[in-house]
Amino acid sequence: MDIVVTVKMVPDLVEELEVNAEGTDLDRSAVRLRLNEFDEHALEQALVLKDRYGARVTVVALDSGDVDEPLFTCLAKGADRAVKVTGDFQDGLSTHGAAAVLAQVLGGIPHDLVLAGVQAPDDRDGQLGVLLAAALRLPHVSVVTAVEPAGDRAVTVRQEYAGGVVGELEVDLPAVLGVQAAPQAPRYAPVSKVRQLMKTATLETVAAPAVEAGAGSTVTRLARPEATGRAEILEGAPDEVADRLYTILADRGLLKQ
Amino acid sequence: MSSDVAVIIEHLEGVLAEVSFEMLAKGRELAAAGGGQLWGVLIGHGVTRLAGELGAADGVAVVEDERLAHYTPEAYERAAAAALQALGPRVALVASSSMGLDLAAGLSGTLGWPLCGYCKDVALTGGTLSAVSQIYGGKLMATAEVPGEHAVCAMLPGAAAAAAGRRRGTATLREIPAPALDSLRMRFKRLIQPEAGDVDITRESILVSVGRGIGSQDNLAVVEELAQALGGAVSSSRPIVDQGWLPKSRQVGKSGLSVKPKLYLAVGISGAPEHIEGMRGAELIVAINTDPSAPIFDVAHYGIVSDLFDVLPALTEKVKTSA
Repeated sequence: MDIVVTVKMVPDLVEELEVNAEGTDLDRSAVRLRLNEFDEHALEQALVLKDRYGARVTVVALDSGDVDEPLFTCLAKGADRAVKVTGDFQDGLSTHGAAAVLAQVLGGIPHDLVLAGVQAPDDRDGQLGVLLAAALRLPHVSVVTAVEPAGDRAVTVRQEYAGGVVGELEVDLPAVLGVQAAPQAPRYAPVSKVRQLMKTATLETVAAPAVEAGAGSTVTRLARPEATGRAEILEGAPDEVADRLYTILADRGLLKQ
Repeated sequence: MSSDVAVIIEHLEGVLAEVSFEMLAKGRELAAAGGGQLWGVLIGHGVTRLAGELGAADGVAVVEDERLAHYTPEAYERAAAAALQALGPRVALVASSSMGLDLAAGLSGTLGWPLCGYCKDVALTGGTLSAVSQIYGGKLMATAEVPGEHAVCAMLPGAAAAAAGRRRGTATLREIPAPALDSLRMRFKRLIQPEAGDVDITRESILVSVGRGIGSQDNLAVVEELAQALGGAVSSSRPIVDQGWLPKSRQVGKSGLSVKPKLYLAVGISGAPEHIEGMRGAELIVAINTDPSAPIFDVAHYGIVSDLFDVLPALTEKVKTSA
């Protein structure tokens, strides 16, 4: 089975996010990027399938900044190929635009199964996997937490609903799945192995085709949420705030008598 | 240009989802602002009977077919697309839920309508549609203008009051013929109910809930000790379950459980929208996080900006010695 995993770089949410002077986008010069966490689960799901049943795993990423090392990390974890799609993506790309680019790139890469992270912190105009499926005219399932082969040309997938209820579906291949979580935590790649691969392996590059797809809407304002229901912050040394919290809980009758 | 609003009604096993009523409430506002009609769109098999619960809408469009008896993204997307093409609304509201993630982007992709995801609000002002999306894990809000004649907005649960959209009535029924469903590439197999865990967190009155700030599985002991001292239980956000550190039965959030304890002590939880959806109904929410801009502080009643490993042991000690 040929599995393609799409991965993307997204702002690291642990960092403070700065908005540009116009107040319409991130200040991208100040953003620290990391691989989308859900994409790491998509890769892990692909590698689990490879380990159990045999598969060829290709990772594809738009070159939206500092993507080389993450792609080598994907190779270090067990991916067979890494493809970097080069183009002018530094100012960000709508999800519709990214899907249009990747759909064309995937025309040249064998794919029985395409796995994407179910969502990304910046996909304001939709989830990449579903839009990619629409562009490729393939079936898709989002919020997937398990994938198993069902014969040669189908997979059984589990899709999570609210309340922990799970739907099990059989999906014909080729298909696109939005992975919520792999059956196990994403594996670790030793830094030494990544460094070694950066010296010995090569990333394949493909120039992005020209596409016109935009988000279909224009951001007029990007801002922090208005703190209407902001918490009352308890300040002080840890012992002091623990004491105050204890008093609050006691006053509300929340402590065992 | 139409000013109508269509709400894709979400339901599972014959029960309407709370978010459906929230979207009807929001849809009513939009329809009133544009002078249009509000439509509920029911897709399924034997679902026409649910129309009586959708009295907040002016009309209910129903797509019935036995192949829609269970949710599958492909069949439901085709049915929803057929309904939206027939109704031609200015805006279609879809839940930003597990099912809605398939449908919203799928409809945008197949119909070519713009999509605004993770919407906290949508407004029609003088014919201009604008949508406020909660992105970057809830840290930022993007307001966008959506030109054109149609759009899809994926509404986050909690964006409107369900009570305002919960009205029984006899809305006009409009049957939409089911689209071609004879070449489907996916099949529903079964529905799996969650396994009962050792602790039912939906019944606990005190929850100490832990997120990725805990760092490692070994550190869970700090949280367990406090929960035990308080006479409560440990729950968690999604990453802790995905790491395999706690069972699924302890997960609070969109794809986990919804809880309404008397006390919800969120430690090391940033407060992604998917998590907040499951715990916002708690009577008292206290959050401890090192990041002062963490969205969890926007829903918490009390907040402590500090390392949980400094505060929790002190609080545990205090609770133990004062008992």
